[in-house]
Amino acid sequence: MKYVVTAGLSHPAARLTRAVSDYVMQVYGVFCAELQKVRHDPVELFTRAVQPLLWLLLFGMVMLRVSGLAPAGMSYLDYLSAGILAQSVLFVAIFFGISAIWDRDLGILHRMLVSPAPRTAIVIGKALAASVRGMLQGGVVYVVAGLMGANLNLSPLNILGVMVLIGLGCGLFATLSLSIACIVKSRERFMGIGQLITMPVFFASNAIYPIALMPDWLKTVSTLNPLTYQVDALRALMINGAHSQFGIVYDFAILTVIAAALVLLSSRLYSRMVA
Amino acid sequence: MGKNGKEPALDVEELEKIFGTFTAVDKVSFTVDKGEVFALIGPNGAGKSTIIKMLTTLVPPTSGTAKVAGYDVVKQSTEVRKNIGYIPQLVSSDGALTARENLLLSARLYGVPRLEQEERIREALDFMGLGQFSDRLVSSYSGGMIRRLEIAQSMLHRPSVIFMDEPTVGLDPVARKAVWDHVRELRGKYRMTIILTTHYMDEVEELCDRMALIHYGQIVAVDTPAKLKEGIGKGATLDDVFSKYMSNFEENSEGGNYSEVRRNRRSIASRS
Ligand SMILES: Nc1ncnc2c1ncn2[C@@H]1O[C@H](COP(=O)(O)OP(=O)(O)OP(=O)(O)O)[C@@H](O)[C@H]1O
Ligand SMILES: [Mg+2]
Repeated sequence: MKYVVTAGLSHPAARLTRAVSDYVMQVYGVFCAELQKVRHDPVELFTRAVQPLLWLLLFGMVMLRVSGLAPAGMSYLDYLSAGILAQSVLFVAIFFGISAIWDRDLGILHRMLVSPAPRTAIVIGKALAASVRGMLQGGVVYVVAGLMGANLNLSPLNILGVMVLIGLGCGLFATLSLSIACIVKSRERFMGIGQLITMPVFFASNAIYPIALMPDWLKTVSTLNPLTYQVDALRALMINGAHSQFGIVYDFAILTVIAAALVLLSSRLYSRMVA
Repeated sequence: MGKNGKEPALDVEELEKIFGTFTAVDKVSFTVDKGEVFALIGPNGAGKSTIIKMLTTLVPPTSGTAKVAGYDVVKQSTEVRKNIGYIPQLVSSDGALTARENLLLSARLYGVPRLEQEERIREALDFMGLGQFSDRLVSSYSGGMIRRLEIAQSMLHRPSVIFMDEPTVGLDPVARKAVWDHVRELRGKYRMTIILTTHYMDEVEELCDRMALIHYGQIVAVDTPAKLKEGIGKGATLDDVFSKYMSNFEENSEGGNYSEVRRNRRSIASRS
């Protein structure tokens, strides 16, 4: 009888190396499978990019005529494009969890969960794939904003920072979505909740207007909103002449901590989904 | 793990599962030897899938213990997972991926060494007769092909025990026979122990060394099909055995509730 057991690897260092390489391979496996699905059916990727473009083109054009919305030295288009970039990522990521419900209604989730892969590896693999999708879609918004005349900062380091931020934000909201999916377990309820929370998250942030314009209670809410920190850093990195309100390092730190917490939370909830 | 070769593949003691106030599995005990094909039989809702979910570490037992391949399902769940394969009652291959991609995902999740992955995948595809379809999306597969792919995915890491929950439900006679052949080969060629559930008595007759009759979460009989038939009388069939042990409880056997029926009948095609 042949057991797949690492019995020969009794040396602790060898065992650790094996455990790490297994973990990386498990994350990578889930990541690749998710991206292969996108490759087989890329239409969704494009249809999802339409909504943010409409915001930029219609809403942005009209609001350009309203003065005083954006801080001094910026056009409203400059201001808005970072917010819409974050929004496009949010709207994709927040419905990410539905795939877990699909998988659960069949036996696909069961197959994942009987494998020895740690649940965090599965969740991180899925979140990373969501991040890549977010980057692709964010790229479209980025290009269109540039074509419309937004004053983009095109230094490679800034573009890299923007990509990382999109990935981070997308991973954050994707794992939030996954956690919700694990709790509600039904497609109908999930869609309802997804729709219920996207608008408040979007409007209670600095995505389309400065926090300074908000009533006090909304100011408080917006400082608890991860999207605010994502937009804050995005805007500073992406637009010439824009400044971060909270500090870019602080923004990154907050987003990283929340994303890590959500990975742990959704990993725990994930295995209970079949029980 | 079974160093002396005598330790059973499965050792279940007083295993119990209570959902809220409902006892789905009521303190069952049984053992399965290495290399056996063992069937769990019982009407809809008897608790077969719940037993399998506990043995595959998906659902934590309320009480009792179970050892699979020598490992405790609660305390050593990772070791158990490394040593088992599982084919759930519902479709478990991803319809949005090709067969090869499904297999690659399984290989990576199970930590099959990178250099061996391709070889193992090819072997599994050939073994299951899927080689020529390996780059087609699984959503275009027939029910029989999907089952074969699921078996391929479950054997990649060379488990010592495979659990199959209703492996032939919804298949045409040819596809069913093909699955039976594969089960025999898994046992013969790879020396695996196989635990399956089924509602088909001919399947039990064809494949299984021993069977457990489950009713209302309890095991009401465990033995070889031959012995159980003998116990009923001369010329008895397995249907007679089933009827005798279940007869007191006819009202339960109405094919499950609506949501169970819906879930059991859903095919992968509905995903697209
Ligand atoms: N998560 C759950 N919560 C509550 N009840 C459950 C849960 N899972 C199963 N049950 C109940 O436990 C009982 C046993 O279910 P199980 O799926 O194990 O039956 P089964 O023998 O596999 O039936 P079938 O032949 O229809 O597949 C059923 O009455 C079912 O409704
Ligand atoms: Mg069942």
